[in-house]
Amino acid sequence: MTPDLVGGLESPDYASHDRSAHEPYTPVFTGEAKRELDTLLTRYPTKMAALLPALWIVQRERGWVPEEGMLEVATLLDLTPAYVKGVVTFYTMYHQHPVGKYFIQVCTTSPCGICGAEDVVKAFLRHTNTGELGITSPDGRFTVIEVECLGACGFATPVMVNEEFIESVTPEKVPDLLAKLA
Amino acid sequence: MGYPNHPHQRETPVLSKYFGDAEARTLDGWKKRGGYKALEKALGMSPADIVNVVKESGLRGRGGAGFPTGMKWSFMKPGDGKPHYLCCNADESEPGTFKDRELMRWTPHALVEGCAIGAYAIGAETAYVYIRGEFTEPLYWMEQAVKEAYAAGILGKNAMGSGKRIDVHVHKGAGAYICGEETALMNSLEGRRGNPRIKPPFPAVSGVFGSPTTINNVETLIAAAPILMNGADWYKKMCLSNPKSTGTKLFSVCGNVQRPGTYEVVLGFPFKEFLYDLCGGPNHGRKFKAVIPGGASVPIQTMEEAEATLMDYEGFVAQGSMLGSGGVIVIDDAQSMVSVIARIARFFAHESCAQCTQCREGTAWTTKIMERIRDGQGTMEDMDTLLDIADQMTGKTICVLSDSCAVPVVSGIKKFRGEFEALIQGRRFHPVIAAVA
Repeated sequence: MTPDLVGGLESPDYASHDRSAHEPYTPVFTGEAKRELDTLLTRYPTKMAALLPALWIVQRERGWVPEEGMLEVATLLDLTPAYVKGVVTFYTMYHQHPVGKYFIQVCTTSPCGICGAEDVVKAFLRHTNTGELGITSPDGRFTVIEVECLGACGFATPVMVNEEFIESVTPEKVPDLLAKLA
Repeated sequence: MGYPNHPHQRETPVLSKYFGDAEARTLDGWKKRGGYKALEKALGMSPADIVNVVKESGLRGRGGAGFPTGMKWSFMKPGDGKPHYLCCNADESEPGTFKDRELMRWTPHALVEGCAIGAYAIGAETAYVYIRGEFTEPLYWMEQAVKEAYAAGILGKNAMGSGKRIDVHVHKGAGAYICGEETALMNSLEGRRGNPRIKPPFPAVSGVFGSPTTINNVETLIAAAPILMNGADWYKKMCLSNPKSTGTKLFSVCGNVQRPGTYEVVLGFPFKEFLYDLCGGPNHGRKFKAVIPGGASVPIQTMEEAEATLMDYEGFVAQGSMLGSGGVIVIDDAQSMVSVIARIARFFAHESCAQCTQCREGTAWTTKIMERIRDGQGTMEDMDTLLDIADQMTGKTICVLSDSCAVPVVSGIKKFRGEFEALIQGRRFHPVIAAVA
């Protein structure tokens, strides 16, 4: 179930995502989002420092960070697109591919692992009909991944569904939890 | 603890006093509980006096390294003509640690106040609170608190009418354990990949945006307020063992234990009573087997060592480990130590920034070999190989992530060699056998 370590780092399998099927890109930073970015820029002495927050805005508006979004951010912050992509690929929370409507992250690091997190992952894979980590369910609703330490070890197993943080999830609670998302 | 249970009578709630008290999250509620009095007092003192009080109190960094906070602040020289910055490290990602999450989601104003005091003390006008992206709840509450504080004139160009400018900004991380390392945090804040920087220059000389910077943990900054209010002597007296370890410390307890949660005790508290009394001991029918007392990157303790430990910086070192971040991972006899260590190694392999060869390759090799042993495919030579790799990974890289991966492996092989050998010799791990052994 755990992916192989390739060249020292994990390379998740996103092969099932068809990126061409998505709508043409429209700029994110117009109107409210542009004003938000302008406010952000006042907080830092350099434009570059607004890069992480700007990418968060792209992801919030588009559900993921497409290359066109990186290009847009690069232009606004006087950076090269390659530099922006270098930053995007460093951080695990920016989606470089579209994900399901509900992006489910289950913590399986040691403290949760010894409290049964593996079974929680299995329950999610079964009940969401995704079958495999990192794969979006056929109806496009769910993507389940394992995540490293969510920092709520005393509430094993913590699960994040998009922005929502859910504590103390057990395999038995998974069907109810998913039903509430419907 | 305060949430989800009431504090244990043997706890000393100073920072955790308002956990579970929803009203304390708001500005009005926080003021009713004495909030922002310490900042008011601080703004009436000279920065040098604040640094002296904190120095005198003996407060040490609560993020892991335990560096004296007052001394760190005193490295920031006033009048050097450059802007100074304070960074609050709220990237809490060390497996087993979740104390800062509780502090931020229950007492966000305490951190705003702590940041403002810290910023003023080091001559900074701007403080950045770098919170990991996964902490959606703490992020929400911190953003609310900052907004309220600006609206009330506590922050801004005339903070509390003092004529001093103090800005506090919340900065959201994007998923990288390594950004909890102070130089990586600064790179990330600047909009770069979170690769740690070579030191020197140290942050106090050239930190974020090339300016003198101090990086403090959430708990450290929050502790500054009660120290200023009650005085250094009050804080110094909270000490049960070594006088170099003063004050209270939050310990977040997780794993195979009856009552996981965040506990606040005076440093020097006996670890045995902490585990069996405060935390309720092992789950029904189980026995404790090992403890990792300071987050996943400190040496594993056997129960014999743990039960002889006094919970302070020196006490954990004397018993073969470190206090670290105070993230206590308790492991019982139903767990295979090899599996636990293999999973820790995988964590570090995933989180290596891949900048240094020893770390990039070492963490991945360690993971592969540990998982091979776990799956019954290991050989006796594997243990020597692991120790050899661990040696190559220690003290040879820019930051200590590499060392952190080696630590549990080395201590695990040393202290639980029998479990490694049993798996290698083809005996499957069985909890009952382990309990007898």
